[in-house]
Amino acid sequence: MADVTDATTARRAPTPDDAARLADSDQSGPMLAADGRPLKQSLQRALRREKLRALMLIAPLLLFVLVTFIAPIADMLFRSVENQIVGNTLPRTVEALADWNDDAEELPPEPVFRALFFDLFLAAEAKAHTRLGSRLNYETTGISSLFRSSGRRMDDVAEPFQDVLEQADPQFGDGAFWYRLMTGEGDADTSLLNDQRERLAALTREGMGGDIGFAPSAEIAALLPRAAREYSAFALFTARIDNDVVAEEDPWESVYVALALDLQDGGAERVQSYAGPGADALQAAAANADQLPVVDFREAFIEVDDGWGDRTNWETMKTYSPPFTSGYFLNSVDLQLTADGVEAREENQRIYVMLFQRTMFMSLVITFSCILLGYPVAWLLANLPMRTANLLMILVLLPFWTSLLVRTSAWKVLLQQQGVINDTLVWLGIVSDGGRLALINNQLGTIIAMTHILLPFMILPLYSVMKTIPPTYLRAAKSLGATNWTAFWRVYFPNSVPGIGAGSILVFILSIGYYITPELVGGTTGVFISNRIAYHISSSLNWGLAAALGTILLAAVLALYWVYDRMVGIDNVKLGG
Amino acid sequence: MTQQAPHDDFVVFDRVQKSYDGEILVVKDLNLSIARGEFLTMLGPSGSGKTTCLMMLAGFETATHGDIRLGGNAINNIPPHKRGIGMVFQNYALFPHMTVAENLSFPLEVRNMGKAEREGKITRALDMVQMGAFGGRRPAQLSGGQQQRIALARALVFEPELVLMDEPLGALDKQLRETLQFEITRLAHNLGITVVYVTHDQTEALTMSDRVAVFDDGRIQQLASPDTLYERPENSFVAQFIGENNTLSGTVVELADGKATVRLDSGDVIATTAVNVSAAGDRTLVSVRPERVEYNVERMKPDAFRLQAEVLEFIYMGDIYRTRVRVAGNDDFIIKTRNAPDQRRLKPGETIEIGWLPEDCRALDA
Repeated sequence: MADVTDATTARRAPTPDDAARLADSDQSGPMLAADGRPLKQSLQRALRREKLRALMLIAPLLLFVLVTFIAPIADMLFRSVENQIVGNTLPRTVEALADWNDDAEELPPEPVFRALFFDLFLAAEAKAHTRLGSRLNYETTGISSLFRSSGRRMDDVAEPFQDVLEQADPQFGDGAFWYRLMTGEGDADTSLLNDQRERLAALTREGMGGDIGFAPSAEIAALLPRAAREYSAFALFTARIDNDVVAEEDPWESVYVALALDLQDGGAERVQSYAGPGADALQAAAANADQLPVVDFREAFIEVDDGWGDRTNWETMKTYSPPFTSGYFLNSVDLQLTADGVEAREENQRIYVMLFQRTMFMSLVITFSCILLGYPVAWLLANLPMRTANLLMILVLLPFWTSLLVRTSAWKVLLQQQGVINDTLVWLGIVSDGGRLALINNQLGTIIAMTHILLPFMILPLYSVMKTIPPTYLRAAKSLGATNWTAFWRVYFPNSVPGIGAGSILVFILSIGYYITPELVGGTTGVFISNRIAYHISSSLNWGLAAALGTILLAAVLALYWVYDRMVGIDNVKLGG
Repeated sequence: MTQQAPHDDFVVFDRVQKSYDGEILVVKDLNLSIARGEFLTMLGPSGSGKTTCLMMLAGFETATHGDIRLGGNAINNIPPHKRGIGMVFQNYALFPHMTVAENLSFPLEVRNMGKAEREGKITRALDMVQMGAFGGRRPAQLSGGQQQRIALARALVFEPELVLMDEPLGALDKQLRETLQFEITRLAHNLGITVVYVTHDQTEALTMSDRVAVFDDGRIQQLASPDTLYERPENSFVAQFIGENNTLSGTVVELADGKATVRLDSGDVIATTAVNVSAAGDRTLVSVRPERVEYNVERMKPDAFRLQAEVLEFIYMGDIYRTRVRVAGNDDFIIKTRNAPDQRRLKPGETIEIGWLPEDCRALDA
């Protein structure tokens, strides 16, 4: 034994490695470079420039990938759980709903409806109520129209208050008067204004900073908290969204309601001692406070739309009020989030699990078809003389040079009931005219077309791996007594597995997210989850659900990749060389 | 081993021809008999047809014409895996996905051998090539020399009577090659197997073989034992291909009794041994081995033929001196002399007298 190793190793020439080891054994400390610095440090310094240059070379691509790939994926992951729209549009209602015990068999209490009035009024001014309606409609159908119709009619709810106040003092019909009243004297209440800035910024998604030429006085804010709040919101909206001068505009109806509620709520006594601008009008209004209508907002809302009397809608609003929700993900797996926790969806609404399963199953079938069809071709390519192989390679690559749409359309022409294949079969008498085969707009069509389209992705890695398997392996196996089949199965095939692995990963991952071909030839039974995602992105506009579905798809691919790595080892995947 | 075909013809090529494209014959009319237990080397430059012959014997190429017989039976139509011939390839062709032991087990498994029997044979085969401790390794973890030992063990483990080797040492460095050359011959003789060995390295061919078949242009130029091949080449190709050789061209003036008198193109007339000339007037290439030329007058035999020569180059090579001289108009005439205490070292430009015996000087085809 010893002489074998001797022959191969002992007589070799000394290498730099030996020198290093020798030097190392002589010194106890770290290796030093010629100038006395530690060798490691010296080496790092020398390599830094090279690394920097390498980084510069990839910097444009890195940036491009970050901006166009990583960032959108991160955004998608975020969207799949994000649910700030409810809290941004109806902040007070959400706050008030927190106290509502949704187990009890009754509607939320009056304060919730009051809060809803102010929230919805502002949302309607900002035209944000329909957006919220659409969002909640994903969870409970009917909410969209509920919000749309109610938003229009908030003015009606406010009307009685406005009439009484203007009768008490006509100045209340004048925008300039309101401006004077609210600006008041003395210190301004900037925190109130800033609160409203934040609220409006979240609602309208527009900048609300800067001077708007108005700030509520602290005195008024203390006397009439609701009115000051609503007027501030009005002022911000007027200045920033409508770009008008606050003092010249008549306030919203909601301000009248706020003032009326303030007066009814003890404000009538508080204004008696007030001496600031508009004190006379306020006191006149306070004197008439008993004439102000006492409105039951719950009744009013139910009158506007029956939907507000339906507990289900309120439960939905409460369930989806937190800024983050698992609702989209639950929807993605045919569950739903209700007031009572997670529940299965109704039988006729379950589609996503089935779609995921179908996508997986069909991708597997497509991958296996690609292996079956691609393996012999790749073998031929790797073993033919160069010139013939090149010609064959062009044929393999030809589909790459044709538009995907053209290829898919060609399959439509071939596969349809009155298409080339069916016509030929009928002409040959293999099938009867009435019994033409359904080859398209079903799973079969998708599998045929996608196998064809993805075949090169299987052949190319297979080919490049097979190219590296020396033909002598097969000869050696045969000379050792193996039949053609044994030689192939025990020697050639195991060496081509890395190619199969690479091709399969490529084909499977491509097909699992394929969209255009299933869309065109899949009909209803041959579509993938990606088609559903596209539907939610472009038609139903339920981006949250689309994001959740996409995230699940991404996770599935990563999980499969991990499993593959554990089973085959990703080092075994070769795309060439 | 003699030049006559042995009686026990184990492998026979009978008028074998091979063409790949239907236009050019790569192997032209090959006739060859190999005895049981013989170590035969096919030697030749690349493209001479030697590997094609080996592949036909292994069954990976089919003969275009003629018969190949193994142990008396024609094997033209027997597929490679039924021929039971062991084979060693230049690039080892060890299966990378199997361990060394699994590689050796492969030929036994396909022969449906039991596990215990297999293990015994594998251990013996590995010990035979002194690689007993390496059974669990993968081929990629071994050095080139170790891989070739394993390849050798794999070709021998199923105990074939005939083993073919296709330039098995071509990829190894010189030292390793020499060690393995010796080992392969030792194994072949100990086991009594017949070996057909292909190489383009003439040293390898001379040191290992019982007989060497020198191939050129699809034909065997000479089939003989190494010493015969070196000392009595039958034509100028063999003389040139085997070892170093000096040639002087000339015309035969007289041909009698196995002796030929040749007038060199420079005008000198020399006595030679006639080998491959048929009549006076033939053009001929006279061949003299560099080590048979003497320039030390005191050592020259009395009947040596002498010529004037001019030293062009003198190289000290340790054990020998290598001198290039101009003689009879030939600038590339090499003389090799042993480094001995009484040997004179020459200087370029010096004019000396050189000489050789007529027996060492062979008149071959031009």
